[in-house]
Amino acid sequence: MSEQFPYLKDDSVVEVQRGPEPGGVGGAYRAFGETLRGLKTTMARLIEGPMTIQYPEEKTPVYPRFRGRHKLHKFEDTGLEKCVGCSLCAAACPADCIRVVAAENIPGERVSAGERYAAVYEINISRCIFCGYCEIACPFDAITMGHDYEMADYDRENLIFTKEMLLAEPLERTPLKAEGE
Amino acid sequence: MIPLADTQFVEATWIMVLKSLVIFAVIFGIVPIMTVVERKLIGRFQHRYGPNRVGPFGLLQPLADLFKLISKQGFRPANAIPMLYVLGPLLPVLSGVMALAIIPWGNVQDGVGLYGIDVPIGILYFFAVGSISFYGLLLGGWSSGSKYSLLGAMRGAAQLISYEVSMGLALLGVIMMGGSLSLVDIVEAQGAIWFVIPQFVGFLIFMLAGFAETNRTPFDMPEADAELVQGFMTEYGGMRFGSFLMVEYIEIIVVCGVASAMFLGGWMGPGPGFLDPIWMLLKIFALVFVFIWVRATLPRLRYDQLMSFGWKVLLPLATLNVLVTAVLVVVT
Repeated sequence: MSEQFPYLKDDSVVEVQRGPEPGGVGGAYRAFGETLRGLKTTMARLIEGPMTIQYPEEKTPVYPRFRGRHKLHKFEDTGLEKCVGCSLCAAACPADCIRVVAAENIPGERVSAGERYAAVYEINISRCIFCGYCEIACPFDAITMGHDYEMADYDRENLIFTKEMLLAEPLERTPLKAEGE
Repeated sequence: MIPLADTQFVEATWIMVLKSLVIFAVIFGIVPIMTVVERKLIGRFQHRYGPNRVGPFGLLQPLADLFKLISKQGFRPANAIPMLYVLGPLLPVLSGVMALAIIPWGNVQDGVGLYGIDVPIGILYFFAVGSISFYGLLLGGWSSGSKYSLLGAMRGAAQLISYEVSMGLALLGVIMMGGSLSLVDIVEAQGAIWFVIPQFVGFLIFMLAGFAETNRTPFDMPEADAELVQGFMTEYGGMRFGSFLMVEYIEIIVVCGVASAMFLGGWMGPGPGFLDPIWMLLKIFALVFVFIWVRATLPRLRYDQLMSFGWKVLLPLATLNVLVTAVLVVVT
């Protein structure tokens, strides 16, 4: 090797590994052996069974921190909305898809726990990039990301989610991954 | 009057007609089941489910396919030759159905032979009739006036000459051991031992040639859906295309039927006599499973590879097999 390639160090020369020449009786014999190996491989797949997830009936489980459809929250004890209409989520949103219009709480018919509340809270889901910044920006944990990812619709107008839709207990249709999965 | 053909067991005409109707109905019932079973099995071989949406377990899938094919517009390319274009799919159907006649489902029971007809030339009939389907293939490919079709047809012809000889020689060993050309006699001769054991090489060669005969992977060059877009069937649509496909399955049943009669002891099996056709059917399905298994495993060969495989490997092997068998039959 070193005589043949004096300019190369020995270990830098890689010899190409070639299989046996095809053709002839030996080739046919080897091809037959490889065919049997292939048949064994496919049969093993048959025994293993399908791996398909039958999507509409069966869903891929998501991780607990999966960022899906947003949720707005209420206090469990008083039933008041956590959102105070501060618009920090709208400011943090890189896709600019949140619109908040705040209004003063009238004593007697309070909507939120704070001084003001969100009179309009809309998320344009068709624009949202599901980055989760709104969740981080919110000082009251009023908005969080849920696990649902099935939000497709035939009409773009239906994709502007209003406060009522975000407050309503959404149907959790997405399974969570089990521990260690 | 000189009889056109000599048959070993003669029945009343109405029984013959009834028998042919029953065989026809049973096979045409099996073909759709085979298509769905094949697709489901291929799916399982690839970690998939296969069709499972139409009906319970996807069992109505062939019905949906049939409706789709029937409702297609009957279309013919402008430069096709009309008569031959129509004849193309007809000839294979004819040959496939005719070849079904000699598959034995059981011996004579209550005065009725459980087979279409027991001709003394038996296996020659299979070769004669089976080769007619290639005329359909050639005519269809040539008359549709498309280069893909023509290429597919030419490949079919090249394929035919490279496996047909070995196929015949592979069966010659069995014929010598059984001492008859009639499939019924050959099955009867396998009472002691199935011919698949002494004639294992012949069995392998016959099955390999069978893949080529039925245009199945790895020898599906005439169809070659990847390069030739279905080869000779490219220009066919609707039920004409459907009958080409149907013929493929009928031919698989025929080849598997002949293989199980010649090598796997035909209708032989434990149990009372009326189980004979069931045993035959089970053996055929086992071989059909092998066909599907091979299709799920092997890629398509190049056509020069098939030619060299046919002439350089199969033919010498089959000849050697025949020679050894002949010597052994004479000696013992």
